Amino acid sequence: MSDLTKLTLAGARDALKKKEFTSVELTKAYLDAVEGAKALNAYVTVTADKALDMAKASDAKLAKGEGGTLEGLPLGIKDLFATKDVLTTACSHILDGFKPPYESKVTSNLWRDGAVMLGKLNNDEFAMGSSNETSFYGPVVNPWRRKGDTTKIVPGGSSGGSSAAVAARLCLAATATDTGGSIRQPAAFTGTVGIKPTYGRCSRWGIVAFASSLDQAGPIARDVRDAAIMLRSMAGYDENDSTSVDRPVPDYEAALGKGVKGLRVGIPKEYRVDGMPAEIDALWTRGIEWLKAAGAEIVDVSLPHTKYALPTYYIVAPAECSSNLARYDGVRYGLRVEGKDITDMYEKTRAAGFGTEVRRRVLIGTYVLSAGYYDAYYLKAQQVRTLIARDFTEAYRSCDVLLTPTAPSAAFGIGEKTADPLSMYLNDVFTVTVNLAGLPGISVPAGLSSEGLPLGLQLIGKTFDEETLLRTAYALEEAAQFNAEPAAWWRA
Amino acid sequence: MQNREPRKEDLIKGATGDWEIVLGLEVHAQVTSKSKLFSGASTEFGAEPNTQVSLVDAAMPGMLPVINRYCVEQAVKTGLGLKAQINLRSVFDRKNYFYPDLPQGYQISQFKNPIVGEGVVLLDMPGGRTVTVGIERLHLEQDAGKSLHDQSPTMSHVDLNRSGVALMEIVSKPDMRSAEEARAYVTKLRTILRYLGTCDGNMEEGSLRADVNVSVRRPGGPLGTRCEMTNVNSIRFIGQAIEYEARRQIEILEEGGKIAQETRLFDPKDGETRSMRSKEEAHDYRYFPDPDLLPLVLAQADVDRIAASLPELPDEKKARLMSDYALSAYDATVLVGEKATADYYEAVVKDGSKTRDPKLAANWVTVELFGMLNREGHSIETSPVSAKQLAELVDLISDGTISGRIAKQIFDSMYKTGRSASEIVEKDGLRQVTDSGAIEAAIDAVMAANPDKVEQAKAKPALAAWFVGQVMKSTSGKANPQVVNEILARKLGLSSEG
Repeated sequence: MSDLTKLTLAGARDALKKKEFTSVELTKAYLDAVEGAKALNAYVTVTADKALDMAKASDAKLAKGEGGTLEGLPLGIKDLFATKDVLTTACSHILDGFKPPYESKVTSNLWRDGAVMLGKLNNDEFAMGSSNETSFYGPVVNPWRRKGDTTKIVPGGSSGGSSAAVAARLCLAATATDTGGSIRQPAAFTGTVGIKPTYGRCSRWGIVAFASSLDQAGPIARDVRDAAIMLRSMAGYDENDSTSVDRPVPDYEAALGKGVKGLRVGIPKEYRVDGMPAEIDALWTRGIEWLKAAGAEIVDVSLPHTKYALPTYYIVAPAECSSNLARYDGVRYGLRVEGKDITDMYEKTRAAGFGTEVRRRVLIGTYVLSAGYYDAYYLKAQQVRTLIARDFTEAYRSCDVLLTPTAPSAAFGIGEKTADPLSMYLNDVFTVTVNLAGLPGISVPAGLSSEGLPLGLQLIGKTFDEETLLRTAYALEEAAQFNAEPAAWWRA
Repeated sequence: MQNREPRKEDLIKGATGDWEIVLGLEVHAQVTSKSKLFSGASTEFGAEPNTQVSLVDAAMPGMLPVINRYCVEQAVKTGLGLKAQINLRSVFDRKNYFYPDLPQGYQISQFKNPIVGEGVVLLDMPGGRTVTVGIERLHLEQDAGKSLHDQSPTMSHVDLNRSGVALMEIVSKPDMRSAEEARAYVTKLRTILRYLGTCDGNMEEGSLRADVNVSVRRPGGPLGTRCEMTNVNSIRFIGQAIEYEARRQIEILEEGGKIAQETRLFDPKDGETRSMRSKEEAHDYRYFPDPDLLPLVLAQADVDRIAASLPELPDEKKARLMSDYALSAYDATVLVGEKATADYYEAVVKDGSKTRDPKLAANWVTVELFGMLNREGHSIETSPVSAKQLAELVDLISDGTISGRIAKQIFDSMYKTGRSASEIVEKDGLRQVTDSGAIEAAIDAVMAANPDKVEQAKAKPALAAWFVGQVMKSTSGKANPQVVNEILARKLGLSSEG
């Protein structure tokens, strides 16, 4: 029954409705696949019993012709989402043994709609990373490999467990979060689709915070349709999140087939960066041609403050993280390393509990917020952030959606960039602007690199216009016809 | 800061000359609200430790604050009561520091953009002097939890019941010049808050705490370096802390030393202040806008609605009592100190369209009733004598049914037995004797028994008072003193009518 995992989310949904198989059968197929894919290290916790219980309950509903939009569909959940009574660590040592007595709003929405939880997915520690190498539970391995090469490749980050699990068919779709590109870049690195919706579209309640003004949940899925189905369930207003926005959630799936005829697609010239590989440039050009052929109008636009986006991001995000992570102090939950007094306990606990990258960002964040530096760094960054957002507003006067590459390169080998944080940070160069402006963005697989690794194109939409974004992505997907799959080398 | 001519009586004499104290206060007032500033947990005082803690208060991962609208309204109401600027846009910031009773590792407060701006509080000082104290700002913030260091020999315990409770930090300008003014300020602020119903002002339960900034200077000279006495929790201690601290600073300055800017702790046990941390050791709080909360935006219409619902405040009430009842500033000030007292007084003095003697009523409330309440440990709210009962007593005095002296005896009995004044008058036969024949007979009897005193009194009229006392004694105090005086004066040949 292993072919059950070949289906898309939409395909499995329709087949369950037609009773071609049961949710328990589908769930078992996925649990088997997960069991056989330990080499990828995509899951940090597998909740097999819970999954089967949920599947049984879904089957009972499906048998009666009832059930929600995701009834009986097995999903993977990024470890950043609090899941009631299930270990939730954000892949940090400091949250050792933490089982929250509450469920995040986004996952609650998924369970409300009938989804089945397979387990918790690996991610960079506290979502800080672009390669999933900072996880306390070790790196995730990309199911894709370079042609004729067994080098282990990163799946992107921070949602590397999510992207790898979807690409290796270890779940139908996965939740993910995106603070600077953590959904879109891993999607691009694994040949999957990842959408980061508008800031405020999904509730942040119950998601372990990294940088509150940038964090946003979204799905990673096999294709654009699956991403649309997932997002509809995950999104929605939450009175417990003051930054969530109270507006109706459209039926995103229904928007897909509408085509892009007459749609104005903006091409920002500043995204053609120095040293960008020729094949990324060529991919971008191909994307432009595809959309043009589908009837879209191509418009050249300018986002003049783009070059300041990365430095701005690496001030704002660490500043917020330095404060958000202060609660991990060894007093109430998670890891505690005893010390001779309270300060000693704090220092020992946080030194042992946080990994190198998290410590680096906490230190940067503490520094930029310090007296005497605040105006030069944090305040200036906020001002630049406003300018970056204004760039997009200006650009959208002449276009409806923007097309850019998702990342400046294909996925790289594990360990290749860990020694140089700056080159790692450069991965986010095309994605951080979107978070800084609070806009929706999606990555769609669009081709393979010369080495045989997936490459993605990014579409950026207007605030709360995920429908246009998704329908453009759908058109891009149809034109790209990306059907490549990784060889299942990892199967035990 | 206002420039005031230093008052001689406020100055402190040092070895090298006079010194002037300059005081500014930061008062933390707990907002009267059923739930906390950013969570739905209860704020009730005295619950078992850690029983009123929500996931937000304990800073569980992924939890988010949601502003309590009622607390915001309470802050606006307070701002209006302080005649202050209400800022329609304010911002919540994070104040970052580590402490076990601060679960988030930061306190949500308002730093750059507080909800309330400049206002004013008027102090009624003895002798009819009024001092104007400027309010710098009022902002909303979360309280921390409580660390308990006396529960275990090796560990500290933490109670998070208070964690997240809404506080208003009310910052004054450095406009006070003596401990007396600082005490008057806290008292007045407390009165205003209690009138508004925005803080119960209970200092024992920690609902009202003050940080006192003290500096000294040569009278009218440039400002000195200040020290902050943190968390002083009674009005009496505020006075003691200031007196001690001012003398400490003067001593240092007179010996040629310099004041180090620092935070100090007042120890009520020995009446001293002690250094807690110096300016160098002060936390760098790394304030920045809380990204979990949007700026707090108020509609002018909401502010107007709250303004329209404000009760009469002590200053207005005082002015009205003075104009409606011709009360002295002193009596009016005493009466408006507590809203319940003013209400009680007005219930005594007013009866529909009828108004009782305001001065007489004021005396009975502020002297007799207050004296008794103090002696018996009651408050105006728990007074065994109701305003209606006291009003009846005042009526009986006013219409001459009883004398003022007997009234005190009756009041005693009312307080202890709960009986009404008229009932006591009738049952105990305390009606005032105004029949001049009976009084004249009593006077004659006293005069006949004391011929020597009669002679002396004729020569020295002041001795007539002795006769009044004797007559009152022989009539068990029931004789109308006015009638006694008149007849006695005539009989002793002291009045012009002869």
